[in-house]
Amino acid sequence: MALLQISEPGEAPAPHERRLAIGIDLGTTNSLVATVRNGIPVVLPDENGRPLLPSIVRYGEKGVDIGFAAQAAQAIDPTNTIVSVKRLMGRGLADLADARRFPYRFIDEPGMVTLSTRAGIKSPVEVSAEILRALRMRAEASLGGKLVGAVVTVPAYFDDAQRQATKDAARLAGLDVLRLLNEPTAAAIAYGLDNAAEGTYAVYDLGGGTFDISILKLSRGVFEVLATNGDSALGGDDFDHRVYCWIIEAAGLPPLSPEDTRLLMVKAREAKENLTIHASAPIMATLATGDKVGLTLTAELFTAITQNLVAKTLAPVRRALRDAALQPADIKGVVMVGGATRMPQIQKAVGELFGAPPLTNLDPDQAVALGAAIQANVLAGNRAAGDDWLLLDVIPLSLGLETMGGLVEKIVPRNSTIPVSRAQEFTTFKDGQTAMAIQVVQGEREKVTDCRSLARFELRGIPPMVAGAARIRVTFQVDADGLLSVSARELTAGVEAAITVKPSYGLSDADITRMLQESIAHAADDMVARALAEAQVEADQVVAATGVALAADADLLEAGERAAIDAALAAVGRCRAEADRRALVAASEALNRATAEFAARRMNRSVARALTGRRVDALT
Amino acid sequence: MIDFSRNHFELFGLPERFGIDPGALDRRYRALQSEIHPDRFATSGETERRVALQSSARVNEAYSALKDPVTRAQYLLSLHGVDALAESDSSLPLDFLERQLERREVASDALRARDAPALEALLADVRADYAALEPHLAALLDADSAWSAARMRVRELKFLGKLAADVDAMLGELDS
Repeated sequence: MALLQISEPGEAPAPHERRLAIGIDLGTTNSLVATVRNGIPVVLPDENGRPLLPSIVRYGEKGVDIGFAAQAAQAIDPTNTIVSVKRLMGRGLADLADARRFPYRFIDEPGMVTLSTRAGIKSPVEVSAEILRALRMRAEASLGGKLVGAVVTVPAYFDDAQRQATKDAARLAGLDVLRLLNEPTAAAIAYGLDNAAEGTYAVYDLGGGTFDISILKLSRGVFEVLATNGDSALGGDDFDHRVYCWIIEAAGLPPLSPEDTRLLMVKAREAKENLTIHASAPIMATLATGDKVGLTLTAELFTAITQNLVAKTLAPVRRALRDAALQPADIKGVVMVGGATRMPQIQKAVGELFGAPPLTNLDPDQAVALGAAIQANVLAGNRAAGDDWLLLDVIPLSLGLETMGGLVEKIVPRNSTIPVSRAQEFTTFKDGQTAMAIQVVQGEREKVTDCRSLARFELRGIPPMVAGAARIRVTFQVDADGLLSVSARELTAGVEAAITVKPSYGLSDADITRMLQESIAHAADDMVARALAEAQVEADQVVAATGVALAADADLLEAGERAAIDAALAAVGRCRAEADRRALVAASEALNRATAEFAARRMNRSVARALTGRRVDALT
Repeated sequence: MIDFSRNHFELFGLPERFGIDPGALDRRYRALQSEIHPDRFATSGETERRVALQSSARVNEAYSALKDPVTRAQYLLSLHGVDALAESDSSLPLDFLERQLERREVASDALRARDAPALEALLADVRADYAALEPHLAALLDADSAWSAARMRVRELKFLGKLAADVDAMLGELDS
């Protein structure tokens, strides 16, 4: 007799119910989208079979070009063709040491710089959203269905502002972000699962504009990040720029127009790529001024003029090893990721530091996207047997707040495993003080002015007391995306004044809605339909999750509690059928509330189960 | 949500002792995170996602507190109503203090002279002292229940840990 099959809660649904999920590597130079198809992670190419999408957006006279079309126009329309926008994410003008290198018309705005283009003022978030939208459409066309969500990668060393900006861009592009995943961690997943690797590995990730080093312990299906370090403004672009500066000097050129600058940057980049396989590279160009450039760059000279850039990557590597309390010899292998790691001088320097040649059996352009796709597939609920690996990542930079004298009190140290929640108590400085300004900072330095300010808010309504009597508890919470929220509360008098802030660079929901509306025209997205569809997806998720929970643990509920949940479920069903978005959102929220206590009891049961080492399936 | 009234040891099903089996702590930590990590609830409803976030953060907090000997001892003492690091009593034995202040001077001289081997040697020294203190503390806490004697050792251990971290940071400075 055939036995009935029952899948474990949260495990893979039947094949025809596979939920479509994608991984996106939003790179400085190139971006990719990947998915898991028939159990194998694959990059989704464009209609011409090209896997990479150049991360370039042109606001042209007839509309927006993204990718290769924009790339082709960069030298003729440099001020409206945005390259390397990733370097601008979550950054103010003052943060950009290399602002002069860009030909754009920057507008210095509080929080994040914006760009004046032919199509109006654009924030880096909006420019990035164009790239993400193009990848979403590519994936939807290729997979032929609605996406459950996406995992979007970020450099591990991105701070809170840069992460928030990336998440905002994804939402603006109409993506449901399942997780922000650190790029080296994504590569480690792709490498580790493919090679059944066990031991301590380093991932050296040098992209177009960012550098990360992560040290991970891979053991029995757990990917545990021990330490991460890096430089979020160092990448292959900087090597191009060194070559560009050398060209200007060697050819004795006067100050150049934006068009000629862009042209020579392209030539510099081609020369760099050439030197990966050749001993010398010719550089030929005719400028708009009529000046001709005819030079030859040797590999030797290229190595010499980029030597300190290579050294700039090795210092973070040593810091990460130190934080992990490891020696180079403790590392079993160094996985090389990012197109810039193709440069021979990089491979040589990394090999010398670790005393062994780095691992290059992974496509350095694709590893991050493939790892993101694998993670997205699992997060979407397509967990297959054997997919029970777990990822434990860390925050790259310490989080703290300003105390007297402009000093930083660290609340969450760097390399803390996320999610993390830490609270600390503070008190008032003056008698009768009723308000307190709380400045949240990120960084390793002792003085507030040397760290990045993430947010500033005021806690008001503190009952007047003598100095030092009030007890104000400030709680930092970092979620699994590495994003921070902060709340503060006065404890003594039972007065609760709590506030949760988003970092000052983050966009409010209202901003996102406005930007979505503004983007309607060219994205051809129907806002109303989209909002309803999103509410329906959310409602379906809650209903499905509740169903799974009831099937597994209904015995935890009293009859009355069960009836309340069933009623809430029925209400969601009714509202969904009536296609009324507002009622549906309200009903979903009501269902969430009705299941809160149930969820807590289930979590306790999971904990008990984990500790006794028994799983439900082991008892059957 | 995890029962927040459960203490760190109970959370991992470990006896309330300073001497713990680090392998068992690691295994139980991983087993717990496998069940409750937010990655397991990415497409669940809002409530479950929030519960997973809070529970996972709580487990991370307990794990990091028990993994480190100083915070573990401090936490164990706090369960017995003893505040090991109270600001009102932060005294240390005079000979211990003298020895550490000497070491600090050695460290800053070595940093000024950019003498990495001297810093390495000092670091090894401090770490050896740290390691030697641990069994001593275990005896006071687990065998003798000598809380107030243990307080002093915890402060010494904390001091040595901070010194080691500072020397390590100096080595980092020489690096860059």
